[in-house]
Amino acid sequence: MGQRTPLYDLHLALGAKMVDFGGWDMPLHYGSQVEEHHQVRRDCGVFDVSHMCVIDVAGSQAKAYLQHLLANDVEHLQLPGKALYSGMLNQQGGVVDDLIVYLTGCSAQEPGYRLVVNAATRAKDLAWMREQSADFAVELHERSELAMLAIQGPQARAKTAELVTQARAALIHELKPFQGLAEGDWFIARTGYTGEDGLEIMLPADQAVAFLNDLVGAGISPIGLGARDTLRLEAGMNLYGQDMDDSVSPLAANMAWSIAWAPASRRFVGRAALEAQQAAGSQPKLVGLVLEERGVLRAHQVVRVAGVGDGEITSGSFSPSLGKSIALARVPAQTGERAEVEIRGKWYPVRVVKPSFVRHGKALI
Amino acid sequence: MSTIPADLRYAASHEWARLEADGSVTVGISDHAQEALGDVVFIELPEIGKSLVAGQEAGVVESVKAASDIYAPIAGEVIAINEGLADSPESVNSDPYGSWFFKLKPADASELDGLLDAAAYKAVADADA
Repeated sequence: MGQRTPLYDLHLALGAKMVDFGGWDMPLHYGSQVEEHHQVRRDCGVFDVSHMCVIDVAGSQAKAYLQHLLANDVEHLQLPGKALYSGMLNQQGGVVDDLIVYLTGCSAQEPGYRLVVNAATRAKDLAWMREQSADFAVELHERSELAMLAIQGPQARAKTAELVTQARAALIHELKPFQGLAEGDWFIARTGYTGEDGLEIMLPADQAVAFLNDLVGAGISPIGLGARDTLRLEAGMNLYGQDMDDSVSPLAANMAWSIAWAPASRRFVGRAALEAQQAAGSQPKLVGLVLEERGVLRAHQVVRVAGVGDGEITSGSFSPSLGKSIALARVPAQTGERAEVEIRGKWYPVRVVKPSFVRHGKALI
Repeated sequence: MSTIPADLRYAASHEWARLEADGSVTVGISDHAQEALGDVVFIELPEIGKSLVAGQEAGVVESVKAASDIYAPIAGEVIAINEGLADSPESVNSDPYGSWFFKLKPADASELDGLLDAAAYKAVADADA
């Protein structure tokens, strides 16, 4: 038996097919993952993401610590509640984890931050963060008493606002994209993992069942991990452990945009290794693939680029929004617009595209 | 709880087989199989005229989640395939016993007796769940 979120029994009551995900028993779907996918793109749906790990960083050197720990720079967080995506790297430039960090502290003298990291990497991340904190006056608080629900889709904010207190509804309407703020004992953020507008709400675990019941009662469908995977893949968002891990550089994982190189004086963990990789020009790249024929691209299938070399699919599936198969693949840097993928011994031509397929309900390819 | 019609025969690899009045054998995948696969998005069927031995790979079902081979439950020649599945693969999820994959002209119809009946297949499906 795996770990269970506070919503486990409610998932079963809602008809979920449960599956192990990084040691957690989580809903895979509640009937049809394709229907759930469309529901999020066209209207909205709610995901239990309570398995994700929330870590608050406090202390007088919290900012300096995160500027050391993360490849992106929390200096960019000026507006209260503003969030950024970052890789947390090891000394070799590999990705220990990818995460979202919110600026939560209001005082310039002593800022506070909230990090949300992956569930399966929780223990490793905490150990690494503690090790890296040795020279800083910081405190790390894991907030395992919080549950987390993601409500995603074009109608997510409007429908959720109708179910909460006036103050929370006002906050939901005011939040800018990629901003999260506390209201009472809830933390409400306009972030997500689907390529749609929406919210991620962290709240005390003992309120989670009632809130999910309210959401489902208002016609917001529960959505499982199956649709979560096809939604994030269409949005071109990486899945840790599949598209990158400790041995993969962010330069080879379409994460270069999240590396803050300036100022050069900020020597974040992994910087020297990344600089050496850049100088050597040795890194492959993560691209999108589109299969125009019938069939489904899957992780670990071999990609062949004529005259250039081989690569590998890191995530592949059927795209419900596009009606064809798409994938993320790590290929040689010189790869152009065409490649071939081996599916069960046969080679199929694929189009190489920017790794972003669908955003806000619209096809980008 | 998956449906297992009593008038069909089953392979342990989750295909069903039905002997038709004209002596042909129709093949599809069980309700238990479609449920385990999840949303079906693409089906690769055998070529008409192909001779299959029992247990030979006859095609592939791709769901959003995974690809799964389908096998010939008995030996025979493929005499028809369900072209309609190309446009509506999801019918395998909604109607697994109506959404047949292919028809065989059996080499030896008595091979059907060697397949599982509904009760025996239920035991296989339960053990698999």
